[in-house]
Amino acid sequence: MALRTTTASLAVLTLADARFPGGGHAHSGGLEEAVHRGAVSDPRQLREFLHGRLHGAGAQAAVFAAAAAHAAARRVHPHHWSRLDAEFDARTPSPAQRAASRAQGRGTFRAGRAAWPSEVLDELLTITGSPHHPVVVGVLLGAGASGTPVEAAFVTAYLSVSGPASAAVRLLGLDPFAANAAVAALEHEAEGVAEAAARSAGESPEDLPGTSAPALDLLAQEHQRHHREEVRLFAS
Amino acid sequence: MQAEHRDHVHGSDGHRHPVDFDPTAAGPDPFPPEGVGGRPLRIGIGGPVGSGKTALTAALCRTLGEELELAVVTNDIYTTEDADFLRQAGVLERERIEAVQTGACPHTAIRDDITANLDAVERLCERYSTLDLVLVESGGDNLTAVFSRGLADVQVFVVDVAGGDKVPRKGGPGVTTADLLVINKVDLAERVGADMEVMLADAHRMRGELPVLAQSLTDDPAASAAADWVRQQLAAHRSAVGPAAG
Repeated sequence: MALRTTTASLAVLTLADARFPGGGHAHSGGLEEAVHRGAVSDPRQLREFLHGRLHGAGAQAAVFAAAAAHAAARRVHPHHWSRLDAEFDARTPSPAQRAASRAQGRGTFRAGRAAWPSEVLDELLTITGSPHHPVVVGVLLGAGASGTPVEAAFVTAYLSVSGPASAAVRLLGLDPFAANAAVAALEHEAEGVAEAAARSAGESPEDLPGTSAPALDLLAQEHQRHHREEVRLFAS
Repeated sequence: MQAEHRDHVHGSDGHRHPVDFDPTAAGPDPFPPEGVGGRPLRIGIGGPVGSGKTALTAALCRTLGEELELAVVTNDIYTTEDADFLRQAGVLERERIEAVQTGACPHTAIRDDITANLDAVERLCERYSTLDLVLVESGGDNLTAVFSRGLADVQVFVVDVAGGDKVPRKGGPGVTTADLLVINKVDLAERVGADMEVMLADAHRMRGELPVLAQSLTDDPAASAAADWVRQQLAAHRSAVGPAAG
């Protein structure tokens, strides 16, 4: 495994840490809606949900995080960030998921700028004040901090499941050891997702792979609709 | 508990103060606030569930709304209930109130990861470029929940008489370090058997020179004393950073 031969930088660990103050704690990645519908109520169902998250939203985020880290290290023309931004939008059909990604991207940018400032990060902000989350992670690791495309992909793949697992503990009172074990059990799958993402990191934005997870799209939309009508604890 | 006769000396000016053995008595925040150049003053309003944070926020809006450009951010554990309450109370236009979701962790959203709250403050500042004051009301939480200095310039901690007269004695960072401690619902003291003298004495003992305010919004719906305190904070903020329009 490629990841086993490298020592993760402190930047990688910090960005993946649940204590990173980038606003992620208020997002459940569709888990709250799934709980509301009775689709997730125990550790076995949480493992299934996380498996879907990893290969759906997680794989998509990993592809763009790796591409952004690759592009940031090469100091691409700022126009490249517009293209990545538009292509991530195109691969995210749910407006609620796009909004959640931009909200976390903006928060990660704010926290990341204080820790790992770079010219590339500032260039990204000239494109949009709320860049997508995986693109920000990729730029932080590729430009300002010390990280590779595969590490950027691994961070976002991990975050795609660690957030919902934490939300499950808070929403269901689930055994935290079981929830943590559910995340840890995805180690090889998450590495596979990150390595696949790294293989496409150098492709032009239009050619980057797209994953599809209609159930997550629908959960995100329903979550937002319920927000307006009744109780919701999480922003997504 | 303070040992009155065992003062110690420190610092270049050799000033003295009593040794304090209470681990919860943190005293005033020793860190200078972040730079605040030209932006509105941000006041955090925190405290336990049901102590009257929203009622105080509404009263301040009612009293100060005429003389100041102000806006409010609410942090509810559940719904947008507090924001809805403020809107229905008619104390502020709807567009001046932002509600944030806290992911079931209200203290995280005001202290450890202030992203959602800063986003809400920035949205309000973009909408109203001449804001003087943003009140950030926390979700009801425990006695250790305080605002990050990255979010609130100064903060008010609200406890109430009906929550028990032992609360100030329990201390915790909210009671000991908030810039203003408000003891609410003093009109209920007799009904709930709370000893106001003990409560105030405990509060002053825990807080040293930091101010304590006992109030009843039933007797004084305008929250006059709290509003005066806010005016003082705003004056200090302006003299530190110059006029908000700059």
